[in-house]
Amino acid sequence: MTRVFVPRDSAARSVGADEVAALLERAGGEVVRTGSRGMLWLEPLVEVETPDGRVGYGPVAPEDVDGLVAAGLLDGTAPGLGLVEELEWMRRQQRLTFARVGVVDPLSPDDHEAHGGNAGLRAALALPPAEVVGAVTESGLRGRGGAGFPTGIKWRTVLDAESELKFVCCNADEGDSGTFADRMLMEGDPFTLIEGMTIAAHAVGAREGYIYIRSEYPDAIATMRAAIAAARERGWLGERVLGSELSFDLHVRVGAGAYICGEETSMLESLEGRRGQVRAKPPIPAIQGLFGRPTVVNNVLSLAAVPWILAHGAAAYAELGVGRSRGTSVFQLAGNVARGGIVETAFGVTLGELVNDFGGGTASGRPVRAVQVGGPLGAYLPVSQFDLPLDYEAFAQAGAMVGHGGIVVFDDTVDMAAMARFAFEFCAEESCGKCTPCRIGAVRGVETIDKIRAGQDREKNLVLLDDLCTLMTDGSLCAMGGLTPMPVRSAVQHFAEDFR
Amino acid sequence: MTSVTPPRTAAEECARAALAEHGSERGPLLPVLHAVQEKLGCIPRDVIPVIADGLNLSIAEVHGVVTFYKDFRSTPPGRTTVRICRAEACQARGANALVEHAKRQLGVEFGETTPDGAVTLDEVFCLGNCALGPAVQVGERLHGRVSPPRFDALLGELR
Repeated sequence: MTRVFVPRDSAARSVGADEVAALLERAGGEVVRTGSRGMLWLEPLVEVETPDGRVGYGPVAPEDVDGLVAAGLLDGTAPGLGLVEELEWMRRQQRLTFARVGVVDPLSPDDHEAHGGNAGLRAALALPPAEVVGAVTESGLRGRGGAGFPTGIKWRTVLDAESELKFVCCNADEGDSGTFADRMLMEGDPFTLIEGMTIAAHAVGAREGYIYIRSEYPDAIATMRAAIAAARERGWLGERVLGSELSFDLHVRVGAGAYICGEETSMLESLEGRRGQVRAKPPIPAIQGLFGRPTVVNNVLSLAAVPWILAHGAAAYAELGVGRSRGTSVFQLAGNVARGGIVETAFGVTLGELVNDFGGGTASGRPVRAVQVGGPLGAYLPVSQFDLPLDYEAFAQAGAMVGHGGIVVFDDTVDMAAMARFAFEFCAEESCGKCTPCRIGAVRGVETIDKIRAGQDREKNLVLLDDLCTLMTDGSLCAMGGLTPMPVRSAVQHFAEDFR
Repeated sequence: MTSVTPPRTAAEECARAALAEHGSERGPLLPVLHAVQEKLGCIPRDVIPVIADGLNLSIAEVHGVVTFYKDFRSTPPGRTTVRICRAEACQARGANALVEHAKRQLGVEFGETTPDGAVTLDEVFCLGNCALGPAVQVGERLHGRVSPPRFDALLGELR
């Protein structure tokens, strides 16, 4: 029987992948459910195994299945997209972290190993912890959650901290609009995240780890839990991991609908069973983190990049990228975009290449007017900035941020004053309330923009708005209040006409 | 004198079961609350003292946590909860118009339940389906490219 691959990724399921899989099974295909390749405009994307490789068909609606099967889908002869790996969208990418996503059965440990899984963990376990930390430092890997802090330096701090008890925590509270790479990795290749966390545990001397997943991701929660159970059964977690001296176990914890818990100290509070209110830093979590113990807190994509680095060498990773942004990043094209999905490529690709070449412009067919990069706290950029390279420093210099790599596209019908208002509205809704600039400032921001939009003392209120932004930037305890001014100010700066 | 123990309510029993299952974990409060809500659909007021006692916390601490997180409800929702994503990526695909349509169709605002108890409507900020918006979650099931007619079809399946 021919093997036919249909994603079980929740985005693919959201447009009918389950129905398509059931119909293909009934038609006689041996259906394997994989993650998604990240070509989301083609979902449900069906792939058929042939001697030359996997041939793709998509988007396949349930009502298309009979016709495609009659035309020869099950032996890959029906006209379709051709070989999936030869598609330009795929060929132009450098998939290191996402190499197995969309390819393997996410819950098959055999598939994981057959596709190079655990090579990084085996390499790490053969090294003393300090050398593992050294490799991660040399790779130039920086935190993919948004802050961009060098991962190796964080690990070094935890390794050097004296404590009987240390923790590795994975921040999978992916609440930024326009980002979904954490979710897709957890649903499509959970063993790689487990592997990355296990390497971190060995590197810093931790025995216990937690993955904090937002409750909005039920499929990712179920997949991670199943993968952890399978990993325990294989001896990849628990006592003597892969026969080594390392003991490490992992637990999934579920958030409860609070965006702020994506902030690392707030996440730690939540893991401890408290309100998700941010902590003042210092002390940093690497020294006093979960339950006051030295703790590695990393984003899903940072931890999932580590196995590749250990398997292929820090130098190979550091060879990619530009300036101080080394390696690849997993960019996510979202919003009003013709071809949305996952683009993993070396840093340095320009915003225009991502939005126009990969994304194909807007889905509505109207001109692109603005893109928001880096989530709800990221800047709105106009098309005139499409030459900007995706690079932490270049973006910072332009008053923007790469963040978690999400890029949300808007066409020319967008009202940027309304988007600036929404930034404040969101901050007011999600503020943890601990510091005044964020808690009160966000509400005042909504009121001030309402006055500006109503034409009430417009010039004076624009000055007041800028003053409020300065205060929130300088006075807030964390990035929630501190960065909410970024989308607001960039909207005023680049789209001033919408505020008149 | 004889002491009489008042009979335990079903909610209390549920809280005790959750405590027995999760009480020995580190930082067990959120897992306990999730377990209770999964069974009862909400965190009833009368279980808060039971949970507080079981975890050696004050009632105020537990109440504070329950009210901080948007997921935890004090009353049960309708038979199905429908959540519409209002975050930027879905707004770029017409989420605001969908929200207006949904409120009109159901005759309720966010956080409210239809009079027949069938549907609770709510907003959510990002479901991670940002390339296939507008996104809607029906129960635990995610739906993409939800136009107003598709929304009506999804509602039709619930009734």
